[in-house]
Parts: sequence; C-alpha cells; structure tokens
Amino acid sequence: MSAESPHTANTPVTDANPAVDGSELIRFDKVTKRFAGNTVLDNLCFSVDSGKHVTLIGPSGSGKTTILRLLMTLVKPDEGTIKVGGDYLTHEERGGKLVPAGEKHIREVRKNIGMVFQQFNLFPNMKVLQNIMEAPVQVLGLSKDEAEARARELLDMVGLADRCDEYPSRLSGGQQQRVAIARALAMRPQVLLLDEVTSALDPELVAGVLDVLRDVARTTDITMLCVTHEMNFARDISDQVLMFDGGKVVESGSPEKIFGDPDHDRTREFLSAVL
Amino acid sequence: MNWDWSNVDAFMPRFWDGVLVTLQALAGGAVIAFVLGLIWAIALRSPTRWVRWPVAAFTEFIRNTPLLVQLFFLFYVVPEWGPSMSPLVTGIVGLGLHYSTYTSEVYRAGIEGVPAGQWEAATALSLPKRRTWTAVILPQAVRRVIPALGNYVIVMLKESPQLAAIGALEMLGEARGFSNETFTFEAISIVGLAFIVIAYPASVLLRVLERRLVR
Amino acid sequence: MMTGAFFENWFLPGIWITLQVTFFSAALAFVVSFVVGVLRAAPSRIVRILAGAYFEIFRSTSSLVFMFWIAFTVPMLFHIQFYGMAAGVLALGLTYGAYGSEIVRGALAAVPAAQREAGIALNFTRIQRLRRIEIPQAWPEMLPPFNNLLIELLKGTSLISLITVADMTFSGNLLRLVKGESAPIYTLLLVLYFVLAFLLTRGMRLLERRAKAKIGQAPEKTGLFGGLRSRSSIDAVTGTAGTGGAK
Repeated sequence: MSAESPHTANTPVTDANPAVDGSELIRFDKVTKRFAGNTVLDNLCFSVDSGKHVTLIGPSGSGKTTILRLLMTLVKPDEGTIKVGGDYLTHEERGGKLVPAGEKHIREVRKNIGMVFQQFNLFPNMKVLQNIMEAPVQVLGLSKDEAEARARELLDMVGLADRCDEYPSRLSGGQQQRVAIARALAMRPQVLLLDEVTSALDPELVAGVLDVLRDVARTTDITMLCVTHEMNFARDISDQVLMFDGGKVVESGSPEKIFGDPDHDRTREFLSAVL
Repeated sequence: MNWDWSNVDAFMPRFWDGVLVTLQALAGGAVIAFVLGLIWAIALRSPTRWVRWPVAAFTEFIRNTPLLVQLFFLFYVVPEWGPSMSPLVTGIVGLGLHYSTYTSEVYRAGIEGVPAGQWEAATALSLPKRRTWTAVILPQAVRRVIPALGNYVIVMLKESPQLAAIGALEMLGEARGFSNETFTFEAISIVGLAFIVIAYPASVLLRVLERRLVR
Repeated sequence: MMTGAFFENWFLPGIWITLQVTFFSAALAFVVSFVVGVLRAAPSRIVRILAGAYFEIFRSTSSLVFMFWIAFTVPMLFHIQFYGMAAGVLALGLTYGAYGSEIVRGALAAVPAAQREAGIALNFTRIQRLRRIEIPQAWPEMLPPFNNLLIELLKGTSLISLITVADMTFSGNLLRLVKGESAPIYTLLLVLYFVLAFLLTRGMRLLERRAKAKIGQAPEKTGLFGGLRSRSSIDAVTGTAGTGGAK
C-alpha cells in the first residue's frame, strides 16, 4: 500500500475523528464466508490503512458487498478473523483463545464504523432531522441540542438544510441518499462503508450524491471502503483499487495502474465490459 | 383443599358424556356454519343490493355481538313465537349461525382468490351461472379455504362451553354439575386440560395441512 | 315493557361494568401481547420456547373454562380470593393476550430486514432498535388486527356474567327473571353490544389514521358499509396469520 496519506485536512464536521497516522486500520485474515454451501469469500486476506479510500470492483457475486456487510457485522464470518483498529471485530480473546464476541464487545468496535446502503434505509417513522439525530442521542449520548446542531450542519453540507422537517418518503432517492450519508457521518465514524450507494438512483440524481461523497473524501480523513459501478468516481477518489473475482483479490493497486495498465486479463476483461 | 385423584375417577363417566355432547355440538355447529357461511358469501356477491345489503347488515350484526347473548335469545325469545328447541339443538344453531358469519369471510377471501380470468373464461364459454359456481369457482376456492375453516372449528370447540349457560350438558356443564353435587373442584381442571389436549394437536395438524394446500 | 327506572337501576350499572371489564382486560391483554410477542423473537432459544409455549397453550385454552378455573378452582387449591371482576379480567387478559402476541410478532417480523440493518450500522442496541425503529414502524400494521381483537374481547366480556359479575348480560338475565319477558331485553342487549363495538371501531380507526399519518402514509378508505372489521393479514379470532386464500 502506498505510503503517502494526502487527506489530513479537518473540517468542523468531522473534528472528532482520531488522528490519521497511516497505520493499518482494517485487516481481513483468512476470512471465508459461505451462503447455503456457496463460497462467497474464500480465505480472503487484505488490509486497509487508515485514511485511505479503497474501492472494491469486480463482477456481481464476487463478494464485494459481503466484505462491507462483514465489516458492519450484518453477517458473521464462517472462518478467519477481522480486525478493526487492532481489535477483533466479531471475536474476543478469552483465556488465550479466540471466541465469538459478545454484543458489548461488538458494539465497542463497531462504533467506529458507519455505512451507507444501496437502498438508503432511512427510518420512515422519523423526519429527516430526527433520522440524523437519533443515533447520536441514543447511542453516543449527545444532548439533543448538540445533536441537532450537528445534524443541521451536516444537512447543510449535503445541501438539504431546508428539508429537515420532511418525512423521508417525501424526498427523491438522491435526496434520501444524501440524508443517509449525513446520518452515517453524524456518528463520526473512522471508517465509512459505501455499498453501491448510487445503484438504486435515477441517472440524473447520481451526480449530486457523488459530489457529496467527493466532498467528504476531500475534506475529511475518514477511511472509505466503497463498492461501486461508477468507475470515474472510483478513479477520482481512490487511493487504492481492489479487483475481486471468485471470492479472492485478483489484483490491487493505484487507480492509475488498475484502470490504465492492469496486470491480469480478468481485470482487463471486466473493465472493458463496464467502461 | 388438596388435589384428590379419586374425585377425578368419579368424574370420568360424566366427563365422557360431556365429551360426546361437545362433539355433537361441534359437528352440528360446523355443518351449519359451513353451509350458511357459503350462502352468505354468495349472497354478498349478488348483483341486487336488496339481497346484498340485508345480508351484510345481518351478518355484521351477528358477528359483532356476543354468542352468549345470542344463545339466550335463541333459547328464551325464539320459543315465544317459534319452535321450542332443546338446549343442545339451540346451542348447535347458535354456534352455527354465529360462526357462519366468520366462515362467510373465509369463503369471500377464497372466492376472491380465484383469478378473474376464470370468471371470464366461464363467460366466454357461456357456462350457466350455476355451473360456473359449482364446476369452476368453488372447486378452486375450496382448496384455499379448508385450513381456515378448520381453524374456525377449533375456535368453535373452545367457545362451545358457553352452551352450558343454557343448560346443555357438554364438558363444562358436566364438570359444573359434578363439582356442585360433590363439593369438589377437580373436574374443571380436567376439562380445561382436555380442551388444550384436543385443540393444540388439531391446530398443529391444520398448520401442516395449510402448508400443503395453500401453494 | 321496561320502565326507565328499571333501565337506570339495572342496565346502566351493567354497561358500566362491561366497559370497565373491557378496559382492564384489554390493558392486560395489550401488555401480554407485547411482552410475549417480542419475546417470541428473542435471541435466546429458551426464552423463545417459553414465550411460544405460552402462546400455544393459551391459544388452545377455552377462555370460559379458564375463567371458571380461576374463579372457582384457584381459590380452593391455592387459597387466593379474587376480588369481584378480577378473575374475569385475568382470564380474558391472559387468553386474548396470547392472540395479541401473534399480532405483535407478525407485525414486527414484517418490518423490512434493511431497517434492522440500518439500526445495527448506527450501533443501536437491540432494545433501542425495538423501541425506536421496529415497534414504531410495526405499530400501524398492528392496529387493524388489534381492532378486531378488541371487538372479540368486548364480546368475550359477556362470559363474566357466568361467574356472577353483574355486567350487561348479567343484568339482562336478572331482568328476564324479574319481569318475565325476554324479547325486548335480549334485543336491547344485542343492540347495546353492537353499539359498543361500533364505537370501539370508530376509536381504533382514529388511532390508525393518526398512526399512519405519523409515519407519512395515507390511511385506507373505508366506506359506510365497509363493516366494523378491518381486513388484515392476521386473523384475530384464530390467532393465525391469514385466512387461507386471502393473499
């Protein structure tokens, strides 16, 4: 992984992020995941340094989304371990042995991770502002005033300051997704997982969402893991691109390398099909 | 007072008498509910509102008032101008009438579940109305409604002890009679357990049947 | 015929008792519905099995027999005396709570898995997810079947007349014995129950409309002849999901 870490500029929006020192933040160690006998991830090993923006590409069914869902603890690995910030994510050490972690341990490690979903998954029973304030108040224990100030700041950043009193069902898909990004950022995550965040959007709404994410990438030091079909976006924001196929990393490198001069035929085939 | 098994033994003959009456009430009530419910369901699809509205009002009224009061009505009021019925017969009519308003909903759902194309096909073949119902619609609807009808038989079983209130000696009636005569209390516990022992396996069986039939 | 004084002295107190019994047993059934309904999806297997057993046993119980058992057998066996209507309220609340638990369980299960995942991604605890996300979203789905169950419960309160609580039905029976007439009394009784059921339905529809507006949904329209019952995917009487081919 490249040694340079260009994204150290802080904005008020993310001032609580831990300092970025370019050290290893995420490590997958021999992770295997099967669904109904189908091996989706096969003995997978890779790591991501803090502050980096990593894009996962590859044909559908290659396990990219599963990696994000494993990191978010929405699914648990069948074999292998995942470490975030040096701590095991779904395991804990007890008496020198690795055992499946309890809820408390998982929540402690998980609080550093945020996720934006393909289908937004806003809470339909809460207005926009409440959607963003809910977790900071309930989970982080922020006061209502603090949480609201921060939510308004974030809504301003995603360009929806005037929609805070609407229910999500009244917003367009693009607007909902921008709220979802604000909601994830409100938790001040160290790691932000982006799962095909533009795939469910009408084409004309994609640009607005990507602009917001470019902004986040440029102005914060949040580590980003991104699954996307938007290759231009991937080229713009990535420090590193991982090409997946058959549950394994086929190739990894800088976006210039992967998109310009990939080593593997499989990568070349895939790129020529999607570009 | 402590539990005394000899009281249970003494109650057993009357318990079985009660079971027999409960089953008679249930069988009779179910037949009436099945037939009458189908009549309501078909009447509610009638093209003339002079059929639809009175039937809708009547079934709505029966469904939203207590079976127990209906039993009293049938037992005390009807004989003033109509036939005098024994407690058991009154109970059978009451149960059947009350639950026919529920089964009619089951039939309605079953009939509405038959695709509209089936009606259109029958019309295209100019099948007579009667034949459309008996040969096309109902056979397809029945498959879907059997598990739901079965569930209502279980509901009727659990509500049948109300017949004791008009003097029918089904399980609860026998238990009350026995307890009052002997100043004992075991009989009601036995009857309570008996309902669980009958109703639980029956509902499990129906769930299996439902999984088989409705797909 | 009935005189006004008779109505006032006998029927009015009966109506009041019926309303009280309906209220208290509905409150108990509501609590039982939520506790058992939520626990039936608990992470612990033992808790799930126990809650499931409660549902299966009380669903298979005849509420009248159970009421007799609590009113007459329990005092003798365990030396506990129940005050007046308490035995009836307990029996109705526990049995109708079992039916209600199926409503709660079904509505919670119908909340999209993506909502649960969004809650995990924001690091909510299980309890927080339930309280802030899953129950509020499932609530409008629960109201129509709860409406049906409430009417069943209102009808069920007539059973307490058989353990000699002086509700509407009890007053009617007494009146028949005193006056020697039955047709006007039982007709009036049926009409009274129907009117109460109608009023309860109106109240529940109001709740439903407010609940749906709260999560940004439009209420479904029901005509004048739409009937008192709500069409729902969960059957309150049999305590099962769906009425056969209704899907």
